[in-house]
Amino acid sequence: MDNSTQKFRKRKKQDTFKMMIRNKSFVAGSIIVFIVLMLALFPGLFAKKDPIELDPTAIFAPPSSEHLFGTDNYGRDIYSRVIYATKIDLQLGVFGVSIPFVIGTILGLLTGYYGGLLDTIVMRILDVMMAFPFTILMIAIMAVLGSGIRNTYIAIWLTGWMTFCRLVRSETMVAKNSEYVMAAKVAGFSDRRILLRHVLPNVISSAVVYLASDIVMCMLTGASMSFLGLGVQPPTPEWGSILSTGRGFISFAPWITIFPGLFLSITGIGFSLMGDGLTDFLRTKGR
Amino acid sequence: MEKEKLLEVKDLKTYFLLRDETVKAVDGVSFDVYEGETFGLVGESGCGKSQTCRSILKLLKRPGEIVGGEILYKGQDIVKMDKNEIRNIRGKEISIIFQEPMTSLNPVLKIKTQMFEAFHDSNMSKQEKLEKAIELLKLVGIPSPETRIEEYTHQFSGGMRQRAMIACALGARPKLLLADEPTTALDVTIQDQILKLINSLKDELKMSVILVTHDLGVVAQMCDRVAVMYAGIIVEMTDTVTLFSKPRHPYTYALMGSLPDQSKRGSRLEPITGAPPNLANLPAGCPFAPRCRYAEEICTKERPDIFEIDPGHFTRCHFPEKVRTFTGIIDVPKEEVGNNG
Amino acid sequence: MIPVLFFVTVLIFTMIRLIPGDPARTLLGEMALEEDVQRLRELMGLNKPYTTQYFIWMKGILTGDLGRSLVYKMPVKDMILPRLRITISLTFLSMLFAVILSFPLGYMAGKNKDKLGDQVIRVTALAAISMPTFWVGLLLMILFGVKLHWFPVGGWAETPAEQFKALVLPALTSCLMTTALLMRNLRNSVVDISILDYVDFARSKGITETRVSTMHILRNALITTVTLLMMRMAWMLGGSVVIETVFSLPGMGKLMIDSIFGRDYAVVQVLVLAFSMLVIVMNLITDILYSFLDPRVAL
Repeated sequence: MDNSTQKFRKRKKQDTFKMMIRNKSFVAGSIIVFIVLMLALFPGLFAKKDPIELDPTAIFAPPSSEHLFGTDNYGRDIYSRVIYATKIDLQLGVFGVSIPFVIGTILGLLTGYYGGLLDTIVMRILDVMMAFPFTILMIAIMAVLGSGIRNTYIAIWLTGWMTFCRLVRSETMVAKNSEYVMAAKVAGFSDRRILLRHVLPNVISSAVVYLASDIVMCMLTGASMSFLGLGVQPPTPEWGSILSTGRGFISFAPWITIFPGLFLSITGIGFSLMGDGLTDFLRTKGR
Repeated sequence: MEKEKLLEVKDLKTYFLLRDETVKAVDGVSFDVYEGETFGLVGESGCGKSQTCRSILKLLKRPGEIVGGEILYKGQDIVKMDKNEIRNIRGKEISIIFQEPMTSLNPVLKIKTQMFEAFHDSNMSKQEKLEKAIELLKLVGIPSPETRIEEYTHQFSGGMRQRAMIACALGARPKLLLADEPTTALDVTIQDQILKLINSLKDELKMSVILVTHDLGVVAQMCDRVAVMYAGIIVEMTDTVTLFSKPRHPYTYALMGSLPDQSKRGSRLEPITGAPPNLANLPAGCPFAPRCRYAEEICTKERPDIFEIDPGHFTRCHFPEKVRTFTGIIDVPKEEVGNNG
Repeated sequence: MIPVLFFVTVLIFTMIRLIPGDPARTLLGEMALEEDVQRLRELMGLNKPYTTQYFIWMKGILTGDLGRSLVYKMPVKDMILPRLRITISLTFLSMLFAVILSFPLGYMAGKNKDKLGDQVIRVTALAAISMPTFWVGLLLMILFGVKLHWFPVGGWAETPAEQFKALVLPALTSCLMTTALLMRNLRNSVVDISILDYVDFARSKGITETRVSTMHILRNALITTVTLLMMRMAWMLGGSVVIETVFSLPGMGKLMIDSIFGRDYAVVQVLVLAFSMLVIVMNLITDILYSFLDPRVAL
């Protein structure tokens, strides 16, 4: 690479950075996600009380300076429980999306590029799985596997790859017939090189955009499994399961319900804003 | 001239007001269109000819806006008209046809439905509307209109769609047809058919036509008078014969140099070097100066005014006489052009 | 469609058989005698090969015999029908709310792109998509049920009017995300379509702005929006599990959760099948609607 291209690359990078900074949604989303990340990594810094310690003297205590978000039916401090739950819920979103993203993208690339038997099989599997409402499919898988956080992940992974696969597949089918891929084929490059160097960079952007909204989806799905009693089991603090406890006492202790949901919503909004910014950014860059 | 003025455009300014800059797509354009004539607007893409055309019917895309000037149609100023007044002009008095026949008709509505929209007489019964629509389709040369009228646009070929669009545009017998690059997207053979159709309809319905094109060949075939546009302004305006025989602006001349020509067989075509200027940031002098082979110092400093160099012949150049020394290379037989008048 | 149906039934059947543990043993409990368990296995047909069991099950379903609930001790069919009515009413009502809310708002946002109203609508939609439905449901319950007493806090009712009242909050909760998605989709469609040439050409014919909006912008925007609407309807059917649990509505979703916890798998498998049948029917309707809305698509 000569000097001028290096300069050009550098300038392009700076422009990218500038555009990101100028994008209000992206900045706002990043700040929220950063704060949530801090809560997840260092909960001890923010909450001094033990999230699973019972306090029979302070059952259903309303929010006060002692218990910021009040206490639940066992006298556990809701604020501590909510803070300590951050890690699990953030993991649900991020880990939940990771494997489906990779598997779905690879399957989408292969089926879109090669077609044939593999494509037919994968598409039929998709057809059958899409014939179930998403939540029903999740619950049915959970019913087979049994409750628990590990099985929640497995159920999310089993269902999550489908959208990525469909997105990447359709884009790959377009890219396959484009001139730059034709040129690479004529030049005698291997399929692997064409797929990784020429097709992948051009088809990945829609999957990346979906990634952000899917993090929110996975987090909400995981939390709703706990809410239904199928996911994270008590006494482990998790936003959905705290909410589910609060449901029974909603008429006189609404704080048990309000605060974990608020955290869940704000985290979700953070990721959505980031995704929104990313979409804008990729769209203007594409032009 | 004894013919009546149908449309007078005076110092029209259409700008696109963007967040950081203003794109002056049309920057002070004036011309007249007489009854029964075909007036050409010619220039490279992005010179403002289409925006001039769209301004006449106030069909600008956001953030485009008419910021100054007048458009007098039969003495009434279109620029000042409100939504209802302009609606009475659209279709009934002035119609437009667009460049892309593929995207200019609604894909989910039947041709019939789209044609009925052009009929403004609310007393017409469905049967009368149908008969009138079929008659119009016949007029524009669509075979078996009785069945095709029930079809959708995706069942039509490009040329047929363009004919259908013309039929829609003529639904209320307008006095003026704006044709915005009507043949650019079509095959050469179809182009010729469509141009001939427009010409015959013009005579039959006694309309005037404003023809926007980048193709000088189309101008020669169709137009009585023509204005050459560059960077949002008119640089030369005259009758077609004069334009081809005695161009008085270097840009017009350069345009002709980039056309193939019988009398210059074997010689090279001369493309115009450089690119049109940025309309958001025009140079102080003549906008064509950076690409002009005759440009002198004054050209980059002072923008020339448009003036009448010969009766009916306008140019916007500091040194029009320089162009004159090169005239006569492109020869258009007088009678042939005259036939279109 | 037929092959999909076949594989759906096979998948459901297999999944239920994959659940660890002996169903007969589970039903009778740890203390039951081995011979009792064996007798029940015989009775339930669990000793036959899987394929035979599948065909017996399928034959039952095709002849209207959906099996018996071992917990409620009654035919599954009698349990499902009244609950189906509740779930479908819930889904349609939330659909209706979604359409009433999203169409005008989405259209207005698209027409006034990047203006204040559009920004507000976009941010609201983004928030609505990011919030957990069960939490929103509980908040609505606290506000309109516990504090204001406008609507019941949960549960079902006897008279149709009361039943409608009981469905309002659940339907509002359930429609929230769909409304946001529809609004966003419609807004983007309107923005994209408004700049197309055929809209300008329609306008050039001198028709009213109302007709331009309805026949040329909205009519074309509907193609993708209606498809999304139908997809969301399938989603909302699944979401009924959560909504019905939040509001204690005795619908199919609530029954599904109860049956899973009660290990009443005969009910679970029929419910899963019923849900997927509804989705397949809905997909079929979508295809038909689509071909009506877009003449370029042949059935």
